[in-house]
Formats: sequence, C-alpha cells, structure tokens
Amino acid sequence: MLIKKPADVASSEITPKRAYLSRRTFMAGAAAAGASLLAGRKLLEMGSPAQVVEAGAKLSTVKGPFGTDEKLTPYKDVTTYNNFYEFSTDKDGPAALAKDFRTRPWQVKVEGLVQKPRTFDIDDILKLAPLEERVYRHRCVEGWSMVIPWVGYPLSSLLKQVDPLGKAKYVEFTTILDPKQMPGQRARILDWPYIEGLRLDEAMHPLAILCVGLYGEALPNQDGAPVRIVVPWKYGFKSAKSLVKIRLVEQQPINTWNQAAPSEYGFYSNVNPQVDHPRWSQKMERRIDGSGFFASIKKIPTRPFNGYGDQVAQLYAGMDLRKYF
Amino acid sequence: MTRVGWLKLAIFPLCLAPLGLLVWKAANANLGANPIEAITHSTGDWTLRLLLVTLAITPLRKLTGQLWLIGLRRMIGLFAFFYGCLHFLTYIWLDQGFDVHSMAKDVYKRPFITMGFTAFVLLIPLAVTSTRKMIQRLGGRRWQWLHRLIYVTATAAIVHFTWAMKKDIHRPIEYGIVLAMLLGYRVVAWARASTGNQPKRVPEVTGIAAD
Repeated sequence: MLIKKPADVASSEITPKRAYLSRRTFMAGAAAAGASLLAGRKLLEMGSPAQVVEAGAKLSTVKGPFGTDEKLTPYKDVTTYNNFYEFSTDKDGPAALAKDFRTRPWQVKVEGLVQKPRTFDIDDILKLAPLEERVYRHRCVEGWSMVIPWVGYPLSSLLKQVDPLGKAKYVEFTTILDPKQMPGQRARILDWPYIEGLRLDEAMHPLAILCVGLYGEALPNQDGAPVRIVVPWKYGFKSAKSLVKIRLVEQQPINTWNQAAPSEYGFYSNVNPQVDHPRWSQKMERRIDGSGFFASIKKIPTRPFNGYGDQVAQLYAGMDLRKYF
Repeated sequence: MTRVGWLKLAIFPLCLAPLGLLVWKAANANLGANPIEAITHSTGDWTLRLLLVTLAITPLRKLTGQLWLIGLRRMIGLFAFFYGCLHFLTYIWLDQGFDVHSMAKDVYKRPFITMGFTAFVLLIPLAVTSTRKMIQRLGGRRWQWLHRLIYVTATAAIVHFTWAMKKDIHRPIEYGIVLAMLLGYRVVAWARASTGNQPKRVPEVTGIAAD
C-alpha cells in the first residue's frame, strides 16, 4: 500500500481558530501517540461529561496518513454549506436547524454477521483508537468539492472489535431517525432513516474512516455529529452521518439514494469523471476553498476515485465501473 | 405623469433590487461557500418570478377592471428577460467559463439544460418585438399570437427548474401551481368567450399603445 507523505503542517495549526491557545495548552499535555486516551480523561476532568465532547469541543489528534497539500476549505464553508437532508434540503439550513441537536447520550449498535455484537457508547468510540487528522478531498455528486481536515481513525479499528464472520460481505450504516429533532425527516423527501452501505473490503480499507471531528474539534452537528464515516474516494453522500447502527450483512444493502433514483445514484458511487450523472457532467468540479469569487469561476478536473486511485483502484479490478457506477 | 408612469417609476428600481442585492453581497464576499451557485439560483428564481408577474397582469386587470395595469406588462416582461439573460450569462461565463464544446454537449445531452435553453431562446423574439414600432409592423393580432410564446417559456422554465433539482421539488411545484392558475384562467376565459357568455374581450394591444 502506498502511503503518501502527510502535509507538513497540521491544518489545525495554520487555521486561526477561536480558543486556539487553550488547545495548545491542551495538546502540550498529551503525548502524540495514544493521545486520545489522555484527551478523553483530561476532557472529563475539565467539565461535566455531558458537555465536554459535544460539537466544537477540542480533540487531540495525531497526524494521519494520506495527506494533501491542497488548500483547505475554510471552517466557515465546511460548517455552513451542508447537504444534510435530515435537517433541510437548503445548503445553509442544517447549520441553523441542527444547532440544538442532542449528541449525548449516544450509542452505536454494531451487529449482524459478527462474532461479538456490541453497543458502543459514543465516549467509548472516541477512545477506541488514537484520533488522527486526515486531510481528505471531499467530492459531492453535485459537482463541488472541499478539502477537509477530518478527525477519526480507520473504520476497520471499530469493525475488528466485533469480529465479522466469514459470511459478512457488506456493511450497512444507518443514520438516526428522529423527526422531532430533524425537521427534514418530517417530509418524505427520502425514505428515512438514511441508509448507506459499503462492501466489507471497502469498509476495511485504511482510507475509510470513522469520523468524530473536523478542524481539531468534535464534529459540528450539521456535519454529522457525533459520529459518521468518511469514504473519500466516493461521492459525498456515501459518507453517512450521525450513525446509530452498523450492520454486517451478506447481501448488498439498498442505500437510500440508490433507492430514490436508481439510474442516477449507484451503490458504488465511486468518484468517476468518465461516468456522468444523467443530468450533469462529472468531468469537472468547483473547489470551495475560500479563494474568492473570481478564482472559483475556474473549475478543476475531477480525478478518478477522487485522486485516491493509487490506494483503492485495485478494489475494483476487473469490474465494469460504468455498470457498477 | 400618468398613474402608470408613476407606478413604473417605482417598480423599475424594485425590479433592479435583486441584482443590486447580488452585487452588494458579492462585493462583501457574502454569497456563501459557493457564490456562483448562489448567483445562478438567484437570477433563475427572479426570471421565473417576473415571468409569473408578467403573466398575472392580464388576469389581474380583467378581474379588477383596472385596465391601465397593462401599461406595466412590457417593463416587467423585459425585466424577466433581463434576469433570464443574467441567468444564461452566469451559466456560460461563470459556470462553463465560455467552454463552447462543453456547453454544446450540455445542451444536447442534458434535458434540464435543453429545457432552460429553450425557455431562454423563446424569450428573445418577444423582447425584440416589444417596441411600439414592432407591434405596429406586426399588427396587433399577429403580435399577440407571437407573444403567446411566453406560455411555452414559462412552462419550459418550470420543467427546467424541476429537472435541475436533485430530489426535493417542492419549490418548482409551488411555482408550477401558480403558473397553472395563471394559464388556467386564460383557458377558462377563452372557453367562456367562445361559448359566448362573456362580455366582449378587451383588446390586448390598445393598452400597450396607450402607455
């Protein structure tokens, strides 16, 4: 496997953030490896457990692999331009409507074809493996893209905890169903709850992460708090948010967008400039990186597997990616 | 000045306000994460809204008996065309960067672009023949027939809007309902007129000549 050189400077360091100093102090106290453990404990000391790791709380991270030196999308854009239909179909809707979304208490059931099914408390998830900063490109099926410093660890770290059985071929992810808190779920725009799926080998790939934060802090609610997946070589909708259930199954799951419009959104949905969406081209993308209005006029070419072909192309060897789009 | 004159003087800047707001927001880097998308949506929305206002004038004047309202129609219709031009320009310049090859493919391959393009192209003859001279040259009846193209444009615009949506089409449907009401009014008025239980129609063109 090819491990690219990570970015020299952690994005959290070059990004001006509020309460920056406190984070510095915080980081000073944590050794690089195993920092998350320490961090969890330290956070618990700092305040009531109900608040400490909710949206915006600082997380201590180590630098992860697969970095990129592309310009980061500003924090403001990552947190105000969101596709999160559970709250709203307007891009600026989730930021406001998810403000009071409760992410504690929170549990994630991991079940299905596994040796040791288990329900994880969110605070256990945060401590399961060292939290890494993973700077990934994020390509939306709509034709825009971002570069986001996620915080998380390989999804495989979680899946190994439950010992998948040999029969398990796919992993199904379910987002919370809570129309009281999620106004978008009161309309049948999609068939709630939101379901996504990956092949088991995709889910076990080191690029696929279980994500609990971005920009060095706990996930903002509108970005899928408290826990989501990030699968950077696929269109953004594959990276399911606010997870409550992960099931290992034998049959290919029916993911929500595929069910809604099978000719437009496939199960795989790997980023592929050669396969257009039936209603728009996927050859180019508009990068949202805070470079200003005129710079954003120029689109950039979309790369196969969102530029992660070296890492993931072999997963699809021999497959017709036009058929399995 | 006449009543229509004063009203036009007030409505003119009102019709420019959406553009003003866009420019002001752009100058203050306040168009959100994806400014070009914001501009595309705003100019598209206003094209459609003004098309519907234009189409509302005939029913309004007939229902209220305020026949002078016709004097507003040309200006508002031309503003619809103006925003349509901005919407089109946003697409060819800001979105496609004048890439003729990619645009030609888009128009050919993508029904929602084809539909939007059709809607826009059909507005051009209406804008061109909006002057008093052109009305006289064409003659009222022919002019009126030509300008019924706006029904096609407005319908195509709604379809364009619907097909551009990923999934949530409640907004195009809302606009569609308004359009259906405006066109429905005409169908009913026409049916009544042809069965003869409607007072004589007010000729469309006299109002324009009088403004």
